[in-house]
Amino acid sequence: MADRYIEPDTPELRARWGNFAWTEANAAKAKDIVARYPEGRQRSAVMPLLDLAQRQVGAEENTQGWLPIPVMEYVAAELDMPIIRVVEVASFYTMYNIAPIGRFHVQVCGTTPCMLRGSDDLLATCKSRGMKKGHISADGLWSFTEVECMGNCASAPMVQINDDNYEDLTSDRLNAVLDALARGETPKAGTQDPARHTVEPVGEPTNLVAMMTENHDYRSEW
Amino acid sequence: MALLDKDRIFTNLYGFQPWNLKEAQARGAWDNTKDLIARGRDAIIDEMKASGLRGRGGAGFPTGMKWSFMPKQPPLDQNGNPKPSFLVINADESEPGSCKDREIMRHDPHLLFEGALVAGFAMGARAAYIYIRGEYIREAEVLFAAREEAYAAGLLGKNAAGSGYDFDVFVHRGAGAYICGEETAMIESLEGKKGQPRLKPPFPAGAGLYGCPTTVNNVESIAVAPTILRRGAAWFSSFGRENNKGTKLFQISGHVNRPCVVEEEMSIPFSELIERHCGGIRGGRDNLLAVIPGGSSVPLVPSADIWDAPMDFDGLKAVGSGLGTAAVIVMDKSTDIVRAISRLSYFYKHESCGQCTPCREGTGWMWRVMERLRTGDAHVEEIDMLQQVTKQVEGHTICALGDAAAWPIQGLIKHFRPEIERRIEARNGSLQEAAE
Amino acid sequence: MPKVKVDGVEIEVPAGATVLQAAELAGKEIPRFCYHERLSIAGNCRMCLVEVKPGPPKPQASCALPATEGQEIRTDSEMVKKAREGVMEFLLINHPLDCPICDQGGECDLQDQSVAYGRGGSRYHEHKRAVTEKYMGPLIKTTMTRCIHCTRCVRFSEEIAGVDEIGALYRGETMQITTYLEKAAHHEMSANVIDLCPVGALTSRPYAFEARPWELKKTLSIDVSDATGANIRIDARGREVLRALPRNNDDVNEEWLSDKARFQVDGLTRRRLDKPFLRRDGKLVQATWNEAFAALSTLNPAASIAAVAGDMVDCETMFAAKALVSALGSTLLEGRQTGMDYDTSSLAAVNFNTTFNDIETADAILIVGSMVRWEAPTVNVRLRKAVKRGAKVFLIGPEWETTFGGEFLGEDLSLLGNLPGHVADTLSGAKRPAVILGGAALGRGGLEAGLALAGQFNLVRTLEDGTAWNGFNVLHMAASRMGGLMLGYAQKGGIADLAAAKPKVLISLGADEVDYTKFADSMIVYIGHHGDKAAHAADVILPASAYTEKAGTYVNTEGRVQFADKAVFAPGDAREDWTILRALADAFGVSVGFDSFDQLRAAMVSAVPALGVEGLADYGAALPAGGGSASGAIAYPIKDFYMTNPIARASATMQRCSAELLHGEEFAEAAE
Repeated sequence: MADRYIEPDTPELRARWGNFAWTEANAAKAKDIVARYPEGRQRSAVMPLLDLAQRQVGAEENTQGWLPIPVMEYVAAELDMPIIRVVEVASFYTMYNIAPIGRFHVQVCGTTPCMLRGSDDLLATCKSRGMKKGHISADGLWSFTEVECMGNCASAPMVQINDDNYEDLTSDRLNAVLDALARGETPKAGTQDPARHTVEPVGEPTNLVAMMTENHDYRSEW
Repeated sequence: MALLDKDRIFTNLYGFQPWNLKEAQARGAWDNTKDLIARGRDAIIDEMKASGLRGRGGAGFPTGMKWSFMPKQPPLDQNGNPKPSFLVINADESEPGSCKDREIMRHDPHLLFEGALVAGFAMGARAAYIYIRGEYIREAEVLFAAREEAYAAGLLGKNAAGSGYDFDVFVHRGAGAYICGEETAMIESLEGKKGQPRLKPPFPAGAGLYGCPTTVNNVESIAVAPTILRRGAAWFSSFGRENNKGTKLFQISGHVNRPCVVEEEMSIPFSELIERHCGGIRGGRDNLLAVIPGGSSVPLVPSADIWDAPMDFDGLKAVGSGLGTAAVIVMDKSTDIVRAISRLSYFYKHESCGQCTPCREGTGWMWRVMERLRTGDAHVEEIDMLQQVTKQVEGHTICALGDAAAWPIQGLIKHFRPEIERRIEARNGSLQEAAE
Repeated sequence: MPKVKVDGVEIEVPAGATVLQAAELAGKEIPRFCYHERLSIAGNCRMCLVEVKPGPPKPQASCALPATEGQEIRTDSEMVKKAREGVMEFLLINHPLDCPICDQGGECDLQDQSVAYGRGGSRYHEHKRAVTEKYMGPLIKTTMTRCIHCTRCVRFSEEIAGVDEIGALYRGETMQITTYLEKAAHHEMSANVIDLCPVGALTSRPYAFEARPWELKKTLSIDVSDATGANIRIDARGREVLRALPRNNDDVNEEWLSDKARFQVDGLTRRRLDKPFLRRDGKLVQATWNEAFAALSTLNPAASIAAVAGDMVDCETMFAAKALVSALGSTLLEGRQTGMDYDTSSLAAVNFNTTFNDIETADAILIVGSMVRWEAPTVNVRLRKAVKRGAKVFLIGPEWETTFGGEFLGEDLSLLGNLPGHVADTLSGAKRPAVILGGAALGRGGLEAGLALAGQFNLVRTLEDGTAWNGFNVLHMAASRMGGLMLGYAQKGGIADLAAAKPKVLISLGADEVDYTKFADSMIVYIGHHGDKAAHAADVILPASAYTEKAGTYVNTEGRVQFADKAVFAPGDAREDWTILRALADAFGVSVGFDSFDQLRAAMVSAVPALGVEGLADYGAALPAGGGSASGAIAYPIKDFYMTNPIARASATMQRCSAELLHGEEFAEAAE
């Protein structure tokens, strides 16, 4: 629930990011992205390009990535659109980090379906590990946000950390995931319930049993 | 009678098998798509109309009819050239409680791509954009990969699936804004702007994406289309009650023993859905307090009313709520019901785009009052005031987010007013005690 | 023409009208904040909700809903009343209600409409939102907590100004209007957002805490900072002009005003000449009027006299001076201070014939030697509209940042005789072609070469609908230019003819751009209002009135005759110009034939009848053939938009704009 604000434009920020340009790989990706939209509609690419830029920043500083003002200006220039329109977009959509961010962005879903399944415990777990909304931990590892419904309601509660979801969490399970990340490991994404595959009813299957063991073709039964 | 596995459209719903083209085809996807298209635009639309499919994104507008609104003759642009038409597939699944499209996209994406081609052809679209919510990162990766497979196999692009029809599908990722699920906000977002809903008229079928005729459909509506066409409207409409036909993905979250996503027939009674697939209410039927049956935007239904209700558009309307996206949020008696709704009010405040006055100002006001009601820090008259404020928001905004923010609160006041009053009295009582 | 019923009364409305317009036609007031006739429809404030049948059973935003046959519109129902009260309440819950310290107070839409449509009290007991101020430059003061997010300012800068620099950041209740990185708004029309803002979020910085609207005397006037003749209202208290605001005139400035026209007025109280001065022993010393005229009466110039008119003088002043000079037997009159000598035998050849209104409909435009943004900002707005309608624009001259695209062809006048093929093709193929020559294009054969293009491309023609089209245009920069030309302020050789005549006396009517070293042997009598360039060269200074201090007739670059009223009295001993010239006639012992302003005006109108009729003067459609060859690199005369005239140069506001906006100087924000 942290208030968002744009990281101020300072000489230091300019010095660090003023020369931002696509890496060779990202330049090719950017070209591909722009080609998805009809000619003359390249502004449509502003969202994917901001995402790409954020990821490149993240790769450069080993964080989740964020969007310094000069980087937004670079994207605006790439698409020949007024910078203010780019900043509008970057500040409107919550997935653009408009201020510096840690290596792992721990996003705990706190909306009602997760709340009913115990997201309070997860928030408390994060708090007990020293995470604070809108702050980067001293070691640079953790940023923390309570986010709105992430669409994992049948495997709630959940946390999204950078690109992966961790579902069916308890405080212990979350601690295990965070510890693994801190150790530099890559914990298994998805449900953290060992008895569950994805969003099927846990335990005795109620439907699509044949699919569990083989790629069943039901057409012969029509 | 329970829905049989053979009548389930999403047979890989749980992802036990790979999503890839080869396996999807073995399950029946992309099966003679060329022949489906050879039936022609009108035949496809007629079949869809006959199937009784109503939009699966929440509003429940008949899908076949929606497709038929697209102009047969494309309008001309400034230079006299015909404008292209677009299909936009709404994969911005963000309604609290909803988590069905995610399973389609990550476990059976080819059903969606095939549906995109068939639907796009039926409405004369030049291309489809799948607008997937930004937080579905891995799901988008699957879509991108599945799209590559489909193009490599000639199923999309020039002469798609050998049909003689040229059709492109693109994937566009959102970046965190619930409002982009509103169709005109989605179009704005696709055009590279803030997701702020447009005024209607003009409607997207006349002037949508890039000012061209556009239809916006939910993922599930599109993904079921090929199977409906293959098995026939009669098959699909054999499920569910009149006006509420077909099979449907239900998503049950909250206080059930086994939350899950499951494809069932429309009109299945709530009790059956819960008992058969979810292992019943946590603590037993008597422990049920209330249910939000269609995602956060619909009013809650108290346990007595919901238990036997058929889970479909009309059945839930009859108990003062709605089917929405069939996202069933179950709350047992341990629930702080005021907090549960207040948390939704916060959600709407957080997701209001800020464009129009009643929603921008009203969602924050409503949430703040809700938070005080949660702790009882209020006067009893403020319950009525809050009710009036919800009425001042509802029906006065550009899009339906204002309504969606108002209804949960109205449902709460309608069914749980005594609980709210109890809290106010309890707090005032304890304050008085402290003062004495 | 659909027929609709508004509150039970049936009326017919124009096709394409909105429900809001229909209601207005029926005489119903529809409250609104975001809706503005000249901006795109946003529909976001929700204040204009009305009940419409057929339609959904909820109130509709009338600003965005097309009026259609058979509609029943209610503006007086309970539903509408409740809707308005509801929206009003929402607008006010986070509004600071700080009207007593708000400059918008007394002319605030929110204030007025809350009285008319709001409920009496507030039911909001939560904390109000506070929003940090946003710096928007030296002209616009912000109090963003007051903002109601109508986005008029955003739409203005994007749609009208064409300088996309204001946006709404963030979302929901935290949405904030700001310029990019809180930089100053950076164009010539920026302050129009102050007028557009329906609340006190964007107010005038120079006018901050100066006055309440009900204290002000309002006078209708004409702006003289450029040649477009923008219609303005002068708001004054006592002897001081506190602000200039645009008036609506669809034919001229629509309802916009350039920042210079709006904010140079603080220059009216600085560096003023408020006493006569005489040069004695090389030094200017203060004198009384009697001393000044006594000195002048000894000059006896006879026919060795000339007059040069400055850029801002009115026709009456020029006519009075002409009467004086003629009475002494001279014809030496000139207004083109900087030495231009283009042929003025046909006024149609030096006029903006298409008119500002119709230039919007041109489909191909060639602009030669005009940096329109600085020379005529309100015309620039029209050009942007033309391009939005599909016009192709080509420009000859050094490149400048247009707000409408366009293709720069090069910098040399010789291009006029050698247009690239695609440009010639576009102009030949156009239905409504137009050429605009700026001041920088008139010399060195430019006007004649431009006239040749008029012939080549048939710029004067009859359109398909039978109306006349004259696509040949000259865009002047001086408010006095067309009036001066109508009064004969032009010599064949320009001001050089005056210098060559070595007149004993040179009357300078506020002419501050003249190179007075060429008149070293003349007695220079300066009749003007500011101690600017010319005053330093003058031998006698007779303090006169600025445009706000006298009634006057002005002719804009379209040949449009317009009248201005007197708003305030000139400071100190300064007098209205015509009275000075009348007294001078006595000093020189001649008669000019008028003793009052009315007599003067009557004499002027009898000499040049067009000056007596408000509206476009008729110069005829016939253009000289032109021809010849032009050459030479074009250089725009304006080097600093904010410093083009003595009033602006004296204005602290304009000085700050110049320093900050054009020269990048930073100003620490003084604690206000």
